[in-house]
Amino acid sequence: MGENLLGYVFWRIVGAVPILLGVGIFTFILVRVLPGDPAVYYVSGPLATQEEIDAIRKALGLDQPLYLQLYNYLGDLVSGDLGRSLTTGNSVVSDLAQRLPASLELTILAMLIALAMAVPLGIVAAIRSGSWIDHAIRFLGTLGVSMPAFVTGVLLILVFYFNLGWAPDPIDRIDPFIARPPTVTGFLLVDSVLAGNWEALRSALGRLALPAIAMALFVLAPIMRITRASMMSVLTSDFIRTCSAAGFGWWTTYIRYGLRNALLPVLTTIGLVTSFLIGANVVVEKLFSWPGVGSYALGALLATDYAPVQGYILLMALLFVLINTAIDVLNALVDPRMRGR
Amino acid sequence: MKHMMRKNLLDVADLTVSFSVSSGRVVGARDISLNIRQGETLGIVGESGSGKSVTAYAIMGLLARNGRIDAGKVQFDGRDILNDRQALRQIRGREVAFIFQNPRAALNPVRTVGDQIADVLAISRNPPKSRAETRKHVVELLDAVRIVRPEERSRAFAHELSGGMCQRVMIAMALAAEPRLLIADEPTTGLDVTTQKVIMDMLRDLAASRGLATILITHDLGLAAEYCERLTVMSKGTIVEQGATADVLYRPAAPYTERLVAATPRIDKKLIELLPQDDRTPFAASGPASKVAITQNETDPIPCLTVRSLEKSFGRGVPWWSRLFSSLSRQSGTPKKEDDGLIHAVRGVSFELQKGDAIGIVGESGSGKTTTSRMIARLLDQSAGDIRYFGEDIGSQSIQAFVSSPLRRRIQVVFQDPLGSLNPRFTAYDSIKNQLQSCARHADPAQLSVHDAHSQIIEAARLAGLAPDLLKRFPHQLSGGQQARVGIARALVVRPELLILDEPTSALDVSVQALVLNQLAELRRHLNLTIVFVSHDLNVVRLVCDRVIVMRHGEGVESGNTSDIFDHPKHAYTRELLEANPHLPASVTS
Repeated sequence: MGENLLGYVFWRIVGAVPILLGVGIFTFILVRVLPGDPAVYYVSGPLATQEEIDAIRKALGLDQPLYLQLYNYLGDLVSGDLGRSLTTGNSVVSDLAQRLPASLELTILAMLIALAMAVPLGIVAAIRSGSWIDHAIRFLGTLGVSMPAFVTGVLLILVFYFNLGWAPDPIDRIDPFIARPPTVTGFLLVDSVLAGNWEALRSALGRLALPAIAMALFVLAPIMRITRASMMSVLTSDFIRTCSAAGFGWWTTYIRYGLRNALLPVLTTIGLVTSFLIGANVVVEKLFSWPGVGSYALGALLATDYAPVQGYILLMALLFVLINTAIDVLNALVDPRMRGR
Repeated sequence: MKHMMRKNLLDVADLTVSFSVSSGRVVGARDISLNIRQGETLGIVGESGSGKSVTAYAIMGLLARNGRIDAGKVQFDGRDILNDRQALRQIRGREVAFIFQNPRAALNPVRTVGDQIADVLAISRNPPKSRAETRKHVVELLDAVRIVRPEERSRAFAHELSGGMCQRVMIAMALAAEPRLLIADEPTTGLDVTTQKVIMDMLRDLAASRGLATILITHDLGLAAEYCERLTVMSKGTIVEQGATADVLYRPAAPYTERLVAATPRIDKKLIELLPQDDRTPFAASGPASKVAITQNETDPIPCLTVRSLEKSFGRGVPWWSRLFSSLSRQSGTPKKEDDGLIHAVRGVSFELQKGDAIGIVGESGSGKTTTSRMIARLLDQSAGDIRYFGEDIGSQSIQAFVSSPLRRRIQVVFQDPLGSLNPRFTAYDSIKNQLQSCARHADPAQLSVHDAHSQIIEAARLAGLAPDLLKRFPHQLSGGQQARVGIARALVVRPELLILDEPTSALDVSVQALVLNQLAELRRHLNLTIVFVSHDLNVVRLVCDRVIVMRHGEGVESGNTSDIFDHPKHAYTRELLEANPHLPASVTS
C-alpha cells in the first residue's frame, strides 16, 4: 500500500461520483412523486389565494416541466448548491454542515462504547464457547437487539434522569447556561478540549452519555455476534494450533494471532452498522431533542420541504461511500492479502 | 553415535485417547507405549485414521476440545507432562517443537514470517535482548533452513511464499527455541517430490547437527524407510508393530505391516503384487466385457487420440501501452507471468495414443498436467492446438458445444477429489444415474439409452467394485476408496472408450490405492479402454501405464515407453524426479 494509499482513496471517491449522481436523480424523482405541494405548505394559512400559491410556485421553479427542474437541480448540485430549506430559510448546505457534527459525534461515541463492550465480550464468548459465560453473553446480545433504541432511551431517561437524577436534561447537546466553546470542528467534545473549557466538556459529555448508550446497546449485538463467530473459526485454524504447539501465551495466541485474523468480518460489520446508525438514529435524536441531521431531515420531510430531504439523502450516500472506503483501507492494513487488489 | 546408551527423552506408556462425538465416545488411540532417545529418529507410520497424529497431539496436550486422555503416562526427560500443566507449558515450543502438514495454513497469514520466528525467540530460554539481536537471529535461522535472501524474506507474508518455502519457515520457527525433540506431522504431504526431498534432507541434517530427536509422522512408508532409524506402525488406534526400520520392513511380524509393505508401490513390483497374496483373484468383469472386446481390431490405422501442439494460457494479457511501459522500466516481477502478461500453463504438448493404450502424464504441481487432461476431456478450451479423436476434430468443438455431442459419452473423466467431485445431495446411485441420463440425451440411442437404467447402474457399480448396498448412501457416508469407486462407476456407466483419470488415487491410502489401481487395470483389459492417467506419483504411473509424458512448466520434457523412461531417463529433470521419489529399497539387505 504505502504511497498508493492516497491514490486508492482518491479513485474510490472519484468512482463514487456517478453513484452520487444516480442517487441525486433518484431522490429528485422520489420526492416529486411524494404527495403534497410545497408551495401550499409554504404559503401556509387556509386563506391563501391561488395567485399567491402560483407566485410561490413560480419563485420555486415548480411551474417548470420536470426535466427542466431536474436540469436546474443537477446544475446546482455540481456547483455545490443543495438549495434552500423552506422551513429554516437557510441554505441546505449550511444547515447540514451545522447539524452533521452533532450526529457524527453521537454516532462515533456510540460506536466506541459498543466496540469497547462488544469485541471483548465476543472474544470471551468464543474462547469459552458453550460455557455459561458464552450463554450469558449471547443472552445479553439478544436482549440488546430486541430492545429498540427508543425504548432503551426512554428507560435510560426514566432511570438516570427522572428517578436517580444523575443525568442532565435530555435536551440539546450542552447546558444552555454554559458558554459554548468556539466552533472549530463542530464536535463539542473536541472544541471544548481545544478551548480548554472543561465545564463545557463535562456538560457535553453528560448530555451525550444517555443517547450514546441507548444507540450502543442496539448495535452491540451484531458486532458481538460477528466477533464471536469470526473468532471461533479462527481459533480452530491451523496457525492457532501452531501457537499452542510453540508455547505462546494467551495474549499472543488470542489477541495478536487470533483477533487480528478475526478482524476482517468485524470491520465490515462495523462499517455497515456505522452508516446505518448515522441515518437511523432519527428516533434517538428526536427523543433527546438532539440537533442532528436525522431529525432535521424528518422535520423537512413532514413539511414537504424537498431540498433538505434530497440533501440529506445525498449526504448519507456520500457518508456511506466514505465509510466503506475507510473500512476497505483498514482491511488492507489489517490483512496483507487484501493489498494490491 | 557417540553414546551407545542414550537415555530416553520421551516416554509414553499405555496412553489412551478418546473423542466425544454425537453418538458417544470413540477411541482415537489405545494403549500407546513408545519412547524416543536423544538424537534418535522415530517414524510413526499408518494409514488415515490409524491414530498416529492423535498420539502426537495427545502427548503435547494439543487435542481438539472434544478429545480427552483417558489413561496413560507421558514423561519428558523424567518430568510428568500429562498431569503437570505447568511442566507441559514450559516444554511446549522450548523443548518439543512441532512441524505441521499444510505449512501455509500453519503460519499466521497477517504477520510477517520474520515476526513469527521472533515471537518464538521471545519465549525461548534465552530471549534476544534487543531488536537488532532478534533480527540477526531471525536472519540466521532463515539462512539455516537455506532460504535465499533471508533478510528480505523475513518481511514476507505466508501467502507470498511457496509451500516448500513456508515449510522451511516452519522449521526455522521450530528450531528457534532450540528444542530437543521435533515432531513432524506429515511435513511434506502436499509438496512436490523434489521439494519433499530437499526439506527432508535438510530436516535430517539439521537434526543430526543439533542432536535433535525427531518423530516423523507419515502415511508414506517409503519416506519413513529413508529417514527413520526406528518405525512404529499403527492401525486403527493401536500400535501393531515397533522396531528397527529394516526389521519392520523386511521381517514384518504383524500381518498388517506385511499388507502395508506389500501395497506400497516399488520399483521391482508388479501391479498385482500390491494386493495381499490371498486377494489376487481377478475381478469378475465377465458380462459386458466380451461384448465390447469383440470390436477390437488388430491395429487401427487411425489413432484413438491425436494431440498436436496443445497450448493453454490464462489471463487477459497486457495492453500494448503497459507492455511498452514495462519494457522501459523492467523489474524483477513474478516469474510465471511472461512479457505478454499471460500465464502459459501448457505450451506445445503433442502425443498420439492407440486404442487400448494407457498413457501417463506426470509432473509436479504447476506443470500443466491437469490442464492438459482437461483440454483433452473437453472441459477446458485450449488456446491453440489440435485434438483429434479417431480423426474427428474435437479440439474445434467448444466445451459448451461438446456437452451435447454424442462423443461426450465416449470420453469420460474421473476426477481428483473423490468427495468434492460428487454432489453431496445425491446418493451414489443418483450420481451414476444422473450421468447416464445426461449422456443418453445426446448419445446415439443404439449405443446408450436410459432403457433398463437400473441394471446398467448396478452393472457399472459392479465393474467399479462397488457393493450394491452402498449405492443408496450419500458421499459423506462412504469411505475415500468407496467415493473413488463411485467416481469410476459414474464414468463407466455410459460405457466410455477413452477414460481420463486425474490423480484418481492421490487421496487414498496405499492399501485402497492398490485395490483401485488393480481394478482399473482389470477394467482396461476387459473393456478395452484407452486411458490417460494424470499423476504426480511416478511409482503409480509406472505400474499403470505403457507410455509416459513427463511435464514441466507446461512443456513435455520427455516422453516414451514407461520402461525406457524409468530405466534410462534422458532428461535431467526426469532423473531428478526419479531420484527424489521416495521408495522402499528394492531388495532385502541384511
